[in-house]
Amino acid sequence: MAIVVINEKCIGCKICVKVCPFEAIDMDGKLAVINEKCTSCKQCVAKCPKEAIEDTTADVVQEETDLSAYKHVWVYAEQRAGKLVNVALELVGEGRRLAREIGPDVKVYAILIGDKVDHLTSDLFAYGADGAYIIENDLLKNYTTDGYTKVLTDSIRKYKPEIVIFGATHIGRDLAPRVAARLNTGLTADCTRLDVKVSSYIDYANKNTTLDTSDLDPNSEEKGLKQTRPAFGGNLMATIVCPRTRPQMSTVRPGVMSKIDPIEGATGEIIKVDTPLVASDIHIEVLEVVKSTKEIVSLTDAEIICSGGRGLGGPSGFELIKEFADKVGGVVGSSRAAVDSGWIDHSHQVGQTGTTVKPKIYFACGISGAIQHLAGMQTSDIIVAINKDPDAPIFEVADFGIVGDLYEVVPQIIAAWDNADKIYADYVHAQA
Amino acid sequence: MALKIIVCAKQVPDTNEIKIDPVTKTLKREGVPAILNHDDANALEEALRIKDKYPDTYITVITMGPPQAVDMLRQCLAMGADEGILASDRALGGSDTWATSNALAATVRKVGDYDIIFAGRQAIDGDTAQVGPQMAEKLGLPQVTYVKQFELAEDMQTITVHRALEDGHEIIRIKTPCVLTAIHQLNTPRLPSMKGIMAARKKPVSTYSAADLGVDPDKEVGLLASPTNVYRSFTPVPRGKGTMLEGESNEQAEKLLIGLKAKLAI
Repeated sequence: MAIVVINEKCIGCKICVKVCPFEAIDMDGKLAVINEKCTSCKQCVAKCPKEAIEDTTADVVQEETDLSAYKHVWVYAEQRAGKLVNVALELVGEGRRLAREIGPDVKVYAILIGDKVDHLTSDLFAYGADGAYIIENDLLKNYTTDGYTKVLTDSIRKYKPEIVIFGATHIGRDLAPRVAARLNTGLTADCTRLDVKVSSYIDYANKNTTLDTSDLDPNSEEKGLKQTRPAFGGNLMATIVCPRTRPQMSTVRPGVMSKIDPIEGATGEIIKVDTPLVASDIHIEVLEVVKSTKEIVSLTDAEIICSGGRGLGGPSGFELIKEFADKVGGVVGSSRAAVDSGWIDHSHQVGQTGTTVKPKIYFACGISGAIQHLAGMQTSDIIVAINKDPDAPIFEVADFGIVGDLYEVVPQIIAAWDNADKIYADYVHAQA
Repeated sequence: MALKIIVCAKQVPDTNEIKIDPVTKTLKREGVPAILNHDDANALEEALRIKDKYPDTYITVITMGPPQAVDMLRQCLAMGADEGILASDRALGGSDTWATSNALAATVRKVGDYDIIFAGRQAIDGDTAQVGPQMAEKLGLPQVTYVKQFELAEDMQTITVHRALEDGHEIIRIKTPCVLTAIHQLNTPRLPSMKGIMAARKKPVSTYSAADLGVDPDKEVGLLASPTNVYRSFTPVPRGKGTMLEGESNEQAEKLLIGLKAKLAI
């Protein structure tokens, strides 16, 4: 449809077939043919040496909605039982950054939905919100898809924000798609980076990616939201735009955006939204909200994470990992392989389908480093990898790599940990 | 009253088996198997458990994808589903989640009669978790996502589910018809039996085009109708390899602590 091969230019070199992540290009003799698996990711367009593949999407004139009617950035300020979830505070700071990129008069508003939640505004203002819309109703005490979708959709229709962002929590990922579908607008899931200005996107891409940005104009006035996310189990990064509909909506992975330093005594505009909601609007009944009695694993806030993988050989290996974590003041993490093997609970899982983490130190013990695991931890400040296999991909991202038996190495680290100052002093002394 | 269940499934590349070529930095996907998406297998398994209990239950598996996705439908039939429907058309290619949900909602309407729609929470190639809820919205049905426990009452209309949260779960009651999205904690999917594989050959599988579904390629499905587009895509940059610490394990441990101290990490 939109990705087309220009038959006269195609030389049958098959480079596009090799670079296509989706097996969406077949060879018909010496001619590349795009098949129905094509997702228009444009990898082939970029890699074709003969410029024989074209993206014709831009050529089609679309019916435009009046984009200029939409203004300001909204952040869904998720609360549970009257407490804000962490990602809400991360996102008001991020929303503030985006609003300022769009223009000096563009504001970031937190959207609080619940029953008696107005006490939460002070934290939202401290972490960057210029204002807050509050929607309160006793029917909104517990989260329900129906109730929250209705009041949020009605508010968006009324106030017309340009951007709406949500934390990619189990609630955000339930609510956002429903709202986007009702508004017939686009939604991008699990973003790890957001940009408005083309120049910011170029800066980000040049510093962090292999993307060739030479075709992007840093002086461009175009200010659509550029939403970057891992896809394909973290094997591919895609930047998604929503050019024709508003609002532009994203969910953002918890723990990825940094909170701003809280502004003491910050205040903001408060708008109470009165939107109709009756019991018959809600088609489910929340019988009970059960808090896990298990130890709460706070991987996203941890400064040190000690993770174990398949190399532990069995569930008892996590006893050593726990001892290690206790010694270094860290939290126990795991790979998907260890969770799938039933050795440890899913709540410990780090990776694309688990939790995204960025601790100061990440110890990967017996973890080979599948892409989907790397996608969830490679922004850690320091990565230490301990693995028997010298060819394990985890070593490619590790700041410190130790090839060896983790059952020998980890106890040595535990034993030496409290003497680190002395070991370092002796080392410095010996160097001098 | 025989229960009618629709299961939404997707054929996906096993993303765990994909590696990046260290030289060309492109995805190496030779020999990467196409599989039934994990969460979708849990969705199907829960439907099959209902059928185990109430054998007159009729399970239709629907999917959108290329013609090869029929193989996955046959696998679902071999596990015990009754019928497979594939929505396949070049006009559906490039659909984002909004457009995909339009196509799947149209497929569900084509099936017509249903009590429960099960889907997987998300597919491992896109990881969006958006299509289930968006399809539910298009069909005007209530939804529960992240279902980890399921119970159907004797009246065959009242369902009680546990919905997983990061810090616990909710217990939710919902009436049919509804959309439920499954996560892997829900159950352990069965393997197809030899008898099931034989039986699957005789079960009906149909393919619908965009025209069969009555969806408009300019306005509802496909790349051009999709509100989101890919702006750029790229492979992630490796961090770059650091220092390998040599020696006996006690020496490695000491070198590590020295390194961490030097970086002021501890």
